[in-house]
Amino acid sequence: MSDKKPKGLDMIVLTPESAGKYETGTWRTQRPVIDQTKCIKCGICYGFCPDACVRLNERGEFEVDLFYCKGCGICARECWAKAITMEDER
Amino acid sequence: MMAFSTVYVQRALPKKEDLAPGHRACLGCGEALAVRQACKAFLEDTIIVNATGCIEIFSSPIPFTSWRVPWIHVLFENTAAVASGVESAFKVRMRKGKCAKRKVNVVAMAGDGGTNDIGLQALSGAFERRHKLTYLCFDNEAYMNTGIQRSSATPYGASTTTSPAGKLSIGQRTWKKDMPKIAVAHDIPYVATACPSYPIDLVTKVRKGMAANGPAYIHILSPCPTGWGFPSDLTVQVGRLAVETGIFPLYEVENGEYKIDPDLPKLRPIKDYLMVQRRFRHLSPEEVERIQEEVSERYLRLRQECRK
Amino acid sequence: MKRVGMEVSHAVAEAVRLANVDLIAAYPITPQTHIVERLSEAVANGEIDAEFICVESEHSAMSVCLGASASGARTYTATSAQGLELMHEVLYVTSGMRLPVSMTVANRALSAPLNILCDHSDLMATRDTGWIQMFAENGQEAFDLTLCSFRIAEEAMLPIMMHMDGFTLTHVVEPILLMEEGEVGDLIPEFKSPMSLDPDNPLTLGGYALASEYTEVKVSQEKAVREAKRVVKDTWRRFGEISGRFYNPVECYEMEDARIGLALQGSFAETASIAVDKMRKDGKKVGLVRPRLWRPFPFEELRQATKDLDALVVLDRSLSVGSHPPLGSEIRSALYGQPKRPQVVSFVGGLGGRDITPEGFERMIEDSLKIAEAGPGEEFLIFGVKE
Repeated sequence: MSDKKPKGLDMIVLTPESAGKYETGTWRTQRPVIDQTKCIKCGICYGFCPDACVRLNERGEFEVDLFYCKGCGICARECWAKAITMEDER
Repeated sequence: MMAFSTVYVQRALPKKEDLAPGHRACLGCGEALAVRQACKAFLEDTIIVNATGCIEIFSSPIPFTSWRVPWIHVLFENTAAVASGVESAFKVRMRKGKCAKRKVNVVAMAGDGGTNDIGLQALSGAFERRHKLTYLCFDNEAYMNTGIQRSSATPYGASTTTSPAGKLSIGQRTWKKDMPKIAVAHDIPYVATACPSYPIDLVTKVRKGMAANGPAYIHILSPCPTGWGFPSDLTVQVGRLAVETGIFPLYEVENGEYKIDPDLPKLRPIKDYLMVQRRFRHLSPEEVERIQEEVSERYLRLRQECRK
Repeated sequence: MKRVGMEVSHAVAEAVRLANVDLIAAYPITPQTHIVERLSEAVANGEIDAEFICVESEHSAMSVCLGASASGARTYTATSAQGLELMHEVLYVTSGMRLPVSMTVANRALSAPLNILCDHSDLMATRDTGWIQMFAENGQEAFDLTLCSFRIAEEAMLPIMMHMDGFTLTHVVEPILLMEEGEVGDLIPEFKSPMSLDPDNPLTLGGYALASEYTEVKVSQEKAVREAKRVVKDTWRRFGEISGRFYNPVECYEMEDARIGLALQGSFAETASIAVDKMRKDGKKVGLVRPRLWRPFPFEELRQATKDLDALVVLDRSLSVGSHPPLGSEIRSALYGQPKRPQVVSFVGGLGGRDITPEGFERMIEDSLKIAEAGPGEEFLIFGVKE
């Protein structure tokens, strides 16, 4: 890739550094709460989150990234162990 | 088979998120989920060519992008043509020694409008020329990005803003255009249908498409809470109902040979699928019965195709 | 360099071959088809290593070129009239996304009614697309300008159109001084895109802009097109140093002491020069002004060329139905702010392939003098209408 980038290209060529900067977490009216004692670690919540907000943390627990979570409720609905409940945002 | 495919999801899918969170899709968007899952199928270097539509709009507002892979959006109807150009450019540049030889997957992503309607010509051309690309049609069954107008993928009886249910109208008056069949008619090596309610199946099929020796077409149902009219937490459930009632069967056509999986001996009543969605709630029992007959008959024909 | 008598379309194809393009998108439309046919032969015989994509429409032709250009390939296509219109929306996108596609337009009349002969209505409809645009008036120019177009496009990171009259140029046999492989040399360096689709460096191309962003993006595109004039002039200078043929944004013929000028574009200029020669012999001070560079518009050069004229006749080869013809209106507009400017008399002629002879041009210039003296009357006149 050439180093010389004509001016004006910076505006229309977007780079991945800008990915993930927008806080969609401000959208939600309810948030998922995971009861780790009930969780069977199947990973369905991870597989079904449209916003990639459910991830395994260092302790091996599934947790929700509240910066992005929109509160759609899919994880709570789909959870096999009924370990996730949706609680109102205050 | 299907039950197993949904457990231990975390282990079965790569961790990489090519579509970064923070995109502006609606709550519970089935299309965003399907795209996220499809991206998990990418094993080698992948370039995405995207049509105008929901995906493009929720992921690329200047100066931000949600994409961590090379991605290009051009127009609405030329995704397959642009993808053909990308595929050919890499082919010739590698051949001429202008760039390193490697496997580059070209993946085209478009909605049902951008595929079935305005994008059909370009798609047909790309298939006929046998470009090595994987075309993913994310079917939310209407022009959702512009506010829920009907497309040729809108199912019979669905109410949209340009095919509204009314005193003189049932909603969409024609049956959904069979895009996978059109793809099969082009004699391409791999055609499949998929649904994000079955993530491992979806990922497997996208991988198979990318490995095919020629163009591949995968038609992915994308349940849309906003457009279809159901609560945002039911997205995966609605997708599942679509498969279980037989209105969106999951099947593959590899080099002309049909294979349906799951092969359901008995379909769940279509009413279970229709009545969960606002877009169908106006249908009378007779109309629902009509749809049931058509769905059952088509499913039977598909099963027969598979037995050949 | 060798001198070959060949069909001008084939000369254009030869220039594309010498430029070592990577991808050619082809859709047939008269009268450009000979260009892509010759190129397809060249590919089939291994005279050039390129992907030759037979697309299913011109809209896809430009889309394929766009996708390939975005992937770092040198791309080329050719079209005319209806094809140019069919790809209209993609033209804006190619420029807005700053992709250096090179295209030859064999100018032909737009339907309706259907007419496949020479006319400028097709190119005039693309003035606002943001492409660098220029005219070839004869076969040598068609070859030379095509060769230069790749360097210009890739340095400016803008797409480029080279216009040549359909049939009148594309289908005639002329003697062309062809350059050979070794002679092209540094004129067209390898294309190294500053922003291509590359798995090692993921970029997002084609994002959308809200009201808060759109203006600034467009301002930068506009600036790039305007500044492309410098790139054009520099490339033409380099080309002149190699070939001995120097091109200018506005070409002047017999303009040194001219009082009346005739402005026109395309192959009519050569016919008009015969009229000018005759009128000069008769002692009339006439000259030709030919805006070769069409976009970015050569304001400075046009004003410089016309500053001492009493009258400027402008011949358009297309109508802008309902208003002033394109070239006439742009020239008038360019001269409006000048403290001293010639009287502009606007003519439209040669539509749909109708010819104008040297005698016709003489008559046109004579008539214009009378019109210029009489003062403003019709907005413009159509030349050679049958009674």
